Formats: sequence, C-alpha cells, structure tokens
Amino acid sequence: METVYKKPRLLNDVTMHYCPGCGHSLVHKLVAEVLEEMGVEERAVGICPVGCAVFAYRYVDIDWIEAAHGRAPACASAVKRLWPDHLVFTYQGDGDLACIGTGETIQALNRGENIAVIFINNAIYGMTGGQMAPTTLMGQKTSTCPYGRQADLHGFPLHITDIAATLEGTCYVTRQAVNNVANVARTKRAIRQAFQNSLDRKGASFVEVVSTCSAGWKMTPEQANQWMADNMLPYYPLGDLKVNGEKK
Amino acid sequence: MLLKGNEAIAHSAIRNGCDGFFGYPITPQSEVLETLAVLKPWETTGMVVLQSESELASINMVYAGGATGKCVMTSSSSPGVALMQEGISYMAACEIPGLIVSVQRGGPGLGTIQPSQSDYRQAVYGGGNGDYRVIVLAPNSVQEMADSVGEAFRLMFKWRMPVMILSDGAIGQMMEKVVLPPFKPRRTDEEVRQQCPWAINGLGLLSRKPNFVSSLELDAAVMEKRNRAMQEKYRAIEAEEVLYEEYMLDDAEYAIVAYGSSSRISMGAIDQLREKGVKVGMLRPKTLWPFPEQRIGELGRQCHALLTVEINEGQMVRDVRYAVAGQCPVEFFGHSGGVMPSPEEVVDKMESIINNR
Ligand SMILES: Cc1ncc(C[n+]2csc(CCOP(=O)(O)OP(=O)(O)O)c2C)c(N)n1
Repeated sequence: METVYKKPRLLNDVTMHYCPGCGHSLVHKLVAEVLEEMGVEERAVGICPVGCAVFAYRYVDIDWIEAAHGRAPACASAVKRLWPDHLVFTYQGDGDLACIGTGETIQALNRGENIAVIFINNAIYGMTGGQMAPTTLMGQKTSTCPYGRQADLHGFPLHITDIAATLEGTCYVTRQAVNNVANVARTKRAIRQAFQNSLDRKGASFVEVVSTCSAGWKMTPEQANQWMADNMLPYYPLGDLKVNGEKK
Repeated sequence: MLLKGNEAIAHSAIRNGCDGFFGYPITPQSEVLETLAVLKPWETTGMVVLQSESELASINMVYAGGATGKCVMTSSSSPGVALMQEGISYMAACEIPGLIVSVQRGGPGLGTIQPSQSDYRQAVYGGGNGDYRVIVLAPNSVQEMADSVGEAFRLMFKWRMPVMILSDGAIGQMMEKVVLPPFKPRRTDEEVRQQCPWAINGLGLLSRKPNFVSSLELDAAVMEKRNRAMQEKYRAIEAEEVLYEEYMLDDAEYAIVAYGSSSRISMGAIDQLREKGVKVGMLRPKTLWPFPEQRIGELGRQCHALLTVEINEGQMVRDVRYAVAGQCPVEFFGHSGGVMPSPEEVVDKMESIINNR
C-alpha cells in the first residue's frame, strides 16, 4: 500500500492540550513538517510564548526556549545573532505579540533580525480564559468586553501585520489561515518561505495565521470556523503583504 | 592602562571570551556599551554587541542567549535594573547563566545620576517573583571591576544562574590604573556542545532528546521539588563561594562593615581612627550574596560594636544585625544616594558610638 499521508517525525505522540478545532495544533504540525523537510533540526531554535502555545516544546521535537510574556522577539534576536547559521523562529499569540510585546515585535522586525515570526491571531486571549485581545474585532464579545468591543471604551483592533509590512527590516509579510485544505497548504508554504529567509539572512519574516478559539469564542469548532470566515477574514484579508522586501 | 570602571568592564568582557553584550543606555553606565562600540569586538573575537530597545529586551536577550549556552551579559543602572527583574527571575527559574552589571545611581524613581548603594536590596533580595537568588559580586576598584567579569563568567556557568556585579556610579566613572586579564578565546560551538549539554541550540539533536527551558510547572508538587533542588544549590553556594576582605581586624575592638565605594571611604576613616589609637578594622564583603554571615557573627563576639557605612538609608545593616544576632550593637551611617559620606563623618560616627558605650 502506498503511504499518502503520515505524521511528521518531529511531531511526537504526546496528546496535545489544545481544544478541539484549535488552530494551534494544525500550525504546530506544519512547523514540524517544514522543519523536517528542510532537514534543519540540528540548527533550529524555536521560541514559544506565554499563551496557549506555551507548551509547544512538548509537541515539536526540537530545542525550544520559553520566553516571558511578549519577549519572544527579543529572545529570538539574541539567539540568531549568537548563532547566525541557525534557523530561529518565534511562535506567538495576539496578546503576546501585539499587546504586551508590541515593542519587542516592532523593534526586532525593524532591526531586520533574521528571524521568522509565526503569529496566531485568534482575536482573543485563549490561555487566560477569553479576555479581549488587541485584535478583538469591533463588537466582538469577550469576558472583559462582555457587551462587545467599542471604540470609546476599548479603542481599535491593532493592524500589527500591516505595520510589519511598512517596516524596512521585514522581507516577507503574509496573512494566512488554516480553515480549509487549500489554506493549510498556503500556510505551510508561507512558513517554509519564512524559515528559508531566516537561514538565508534575508531579514525578518512575519507570518500571521488567522485562527479560531472555539472555547474562547464559546462556539463549536464548526461554528468557530464559520464565524472566522464571516467576520475575521473580511477584516483581516488573506494574502501576501510583502514579498522579497517589496510591498504588495 | 588607565581606565574608567565601566570601560574596564567592556575590555574585560572581550578578553574573557564573552559571546554577546545586550544593553540600553543609562547614566552612569553608558560607557560599557560605548566602549564596546568603539572596540568593535565583532570584527576581532566575533562577540555580538547590540543596543537593545529597552532593559526589558536586554535581559530577555541575555536570558535567551544564555539558554543557548553562550556567555552573555548586559549592564545597566538602577531604573534599568528595576525593569530587568522579571527576566532575572526567569533566568533563575530556568537556571540560565548570564551576567548583569548594575552601576547604581540614587533612587527611588529616576532619582539622581550620582553614585549610590540604594539597590543593595534590589540586588541581594531581588525584585522579581519567587524564591530565587542571584550571586552578587561587589568590586571596590577599577581593577576589581575588570577582575570580577571573569569571576562572574566562571560562577554563572558553574552554578547555572544569573550573576550580578553590583557597582556604583563612583567605581563606574572613576579612572584608575588597571591590569587587564589576558585574552581568552570565545568557546567554539563544539566546546559549547560539550560543556553545556543542557543548552538550547539544536547541536547534536538527532542523537539526543530535545532540550527546552521553561519556568512553567502546573503541578505544584513538581514545582516544589524543583524549587527545593534549587535551594540545595543555594546552600552549596553559601558554603563555597563567600568572599570577603579584612582590614586591620586582628586586634579590632570595633569594626566597620562596608562594600564597594563606601569601603574605600571607610578605609580612610579607619586610618584616621588608628592614628588616634582606636582599635578599629573593617570587613569588606566581596560577595553580597552569599553574605559573609559567619565571619560577621565572629566579629560580633570579638567587638564592642559594629558599624555599617552605606550610601543609602540603611539596607545592608539589617543583614549584619542578623549575622551578629544581638551579640553587640550594630549601628548604621550613610547618606542617601548621590551624597557621598566623608571619612571624617565616619570617624565622628565611630567616636560617638565609642563615647556612648
Ligand atoms: C507578565 C504577564 N502578564 C500576564 C500574564 C497572563 N497571561 C498568560 S497568557 C496571556 C494571554 C495570551 O493570549 P494570546 O497571546 O493571544 O495567546 P493565546 O493564548 O490566545 O494563544 C496572559 C495575559 C503572564 N503570564 N505574564
């Protein structure tokens, strides 16, 4: 019999703590697949965030540093400078990357650090139980904006990926999703491109993955996928924002 | 060579095979980064030098760089070191080596840019969360600034934890003659792999289990086990790594306990008092943690009274009292950060202690 699909070797057999339908587990698998295909395990360092992906090191069998909340891009900057031939990437949620760690994110990208940033945008704080995130949509309900996000109380969603594309230090900025098979394949290509850029020292790469949080959104996985397509994708449209240093 | 204390730190870091410096400007320590920028070690030894966006970023760069097994450091002054406390706690929790040079200025808040010792508690007790310790070295000359870098690198890898050099604006800024250490090459990747099998750098991954550092442990019993193991390490450090210097203590009836800048002032005071026939000496802690508790306890038995001289409102005095455990009175003399105590003031204070006995 011909094998048409197999689990990547770098993704171990530990049961993941993620909720059913969560985008994190899918993106973990893509990271494992890409690392394996590139054959760079022995010179790869992942920086995991504080957030639901805090345990990424339990699932993808490479060396990981768990950063303090928001500081992953600073960590990655140091690692890449100290190990210039390594592939160095961060894996962060919206609260981590675009709220408490906004400074580190923008500064590392703007310095043109040769790192890849994978940014899971689920428009909510998953790990701490569904509070408002910097990317929470206007009108979206969370436990800290129970009547919906409103401008006068909470300000506006932060377009961090659009900001990333304006920075001279970034070479590749893209927004993807993992809500269907075609998008999963595109996300994988994006991750591979970002990782290659880190190895080739082309500058900073930024891959946003628009994702779901069925538990935080209080929906079934199917509902969450639909809500994402209906509400998030119009606001966070998919596609490349910058390729080879050229804005799209 | 004639160098400022801060410049000596920079020269010594390069010569001790440092792999990376990450820092943010703040008076009175900016010369460390400035000197490195002039010396351009990335062209000679390959040492990385990066001006970070904040002290928060600096310490997390040190955290991650140390986690990969590299020899890395930062330096800052009081408000900057305050910002680093979270990262220092993470380094201690994950048992990551790294050097923090703290060139103290007066506080609280922005305070003054003049020398001070008011971050003794910040250094020795830490401002980060959790039951952790940092080894604290306290140089009192430019020569000791230079020497303490190599010592700090040795200690941070031996014990796998953050080490701090606690200096102040006076030692950082003053110029003195100094003999720099000989050049030691940076470790090769292969040496890092052999010496730091715990490190996160991918080296040899295919023939070992993956490494990770994490301070998160949701199982409280496991967390306690981990903390207890760390406490055992701290007890071993207290037994092995205490450093201090004695000055005229053999026949002393009174003793001053002082470190860093205030120990230099105190020595002047002791010379004046000795000329007047007062039997006084000094114990100078060279490590503030571990603290020379046992030796100070002995002095408490030997002397009529002890005096701490500090450039703060009385911080180390509590540790000295704890060590003396009521065997004799322990007094304090100091000025708030920025105002330096003079030897004459210390003489007056000691004489009033003697006269009021
Ligand atoms: C300094 C600090 N502040 C707050 C927290 C609590 N905290 C943990 S995760 C988190 C938010 C995570 O949300 P996000 O980054 O969006 O990731 P997700 O869990 O949704 O994947 C917060 C606020 C912390 N661990 N550290």
